[in-house]
Amino acid sequence: MSEPLAGLGDIWAYLAASPLLALTLTLAAYLVALAVYRRSGQLAVLHPLIVSLAIVVGVLVATGTTYDTYFEGAKFIHFLLGPATVALAVPLYRQWDRIRRRALAIAVGVVAGSLTGIATTLTCAELLGADHEVLTSLAPKSVTTPVAMGIVEKLGGLPSLAAAFVLITGVLGATVGPVVLTLAGVTDERARGFGLGTAAHGLGTARALGESEAGGAFAGLAMGLNALVTAILLPLIWAFLF
Amino acid sequence: MLAAVTAIFACQLAGESIAAALGLPLPGPVLGMVFLFAFLVLRSAVPEALERASSSLLSHLTLLFVPASVGVMVHVGRIEKDIVVILAAIVVSTFATMIAAGWTLQALTRGSRKPPADAAVEAQP
Repeated sequence: MSEPLAGLGDIWAYLAASPLLALTLTLAAYLVALAVYRRSGQLAVLHPLIVSLAIVVGVLVATGTTYDTYFEGAKFIHFLLGPATVALAVPLYRQWDRIRRRALAIAVGVVAGSLTGIATTLTCAELLGADHEVLTSLAPKSVTTPVAMGIVEKLGGLPSLAAAFVLITGVLGATVGPVVLTLAGVTDERARGFGLGTAAHGLGTARALGESEAGGAFAGLAMGLNALVTAILLPLIWAFLF
Repeated sequence: MLAAVTAIFACQLAGESIAAALGLPLPGPVLGMVFLFAFLVLRSAVPEALERASSSLLSHLTLLFVPASVGVMVHVGRIEKDIVVILAAIVVSTFATMIAAGWTLQALTRGSRKPPADAAVEAQP
């Protein structure tokens, strides 16, 4: 069936059409990023996601590859985010006794976090004068991507811009968040995970899992609850304000 | 292991279907997590294969965010235009949210080692 490939250009065209190139690039970039992170003594600014991003974006720009082309292949890695979210049920289950005992504190904490996020975003945008589309796209930035995009769509913002904000928030929260929590005197590993998951969704959860399994379980729980609470509160607040 | 992966996918599929059918504000995978969790509670143990499947998925969670994160490059122009307000809002708000949630949980659980009355009732099996 398939003709022998003639030159380098043909090989490139052939590879570019298969997911293999994007998948290999993503995995290799991540492996390099992990090595860099470990060598650096886990320096926050060299978080594996930041270095992976720098490498992948660098390669895409250098080869003139569009994001859509890259994602066509990389979506197979992206797909695993869903099953990974489901898998969070396992650490959650192991922490269930502790979670049950703190049910009220958890409920109050996630509402406090969600309202604080919305109020501070509104204040900053008001003080510095963001246009309404940007403000609306910023509002649910602590919420996991699919929910944030859904909320923003309902409120009349730009879902794909919202997704970018969600990711910037996640990177910032996962890298600098632990230091901020320590400075704020939040030392309990579960409370730290809870803060990371509420403010920085899955990326915060990934970071919390790196600190401790208990923290990771509370982070995963906080991520799910904040998605729910913000999806309910934000449209109400927007209806009241705008 | 294959059965465990199938179970995880099935939970996500059920979550996605139900969230879409009922128009819930939750993403399908989060609902799927609730289903898997309910299964574990009913079984009152984590099967070994599920243990392995979940830890291999979660051990490189950050990697799974790379493809979506690269998408930020598409919005560089728009972000650059409003860079100051966007960064200020994200930095201030992310840390305020994190501290509010983490500190509240820590303060409320430290203050009362004994669980609050309604939580204690809920905690009965």
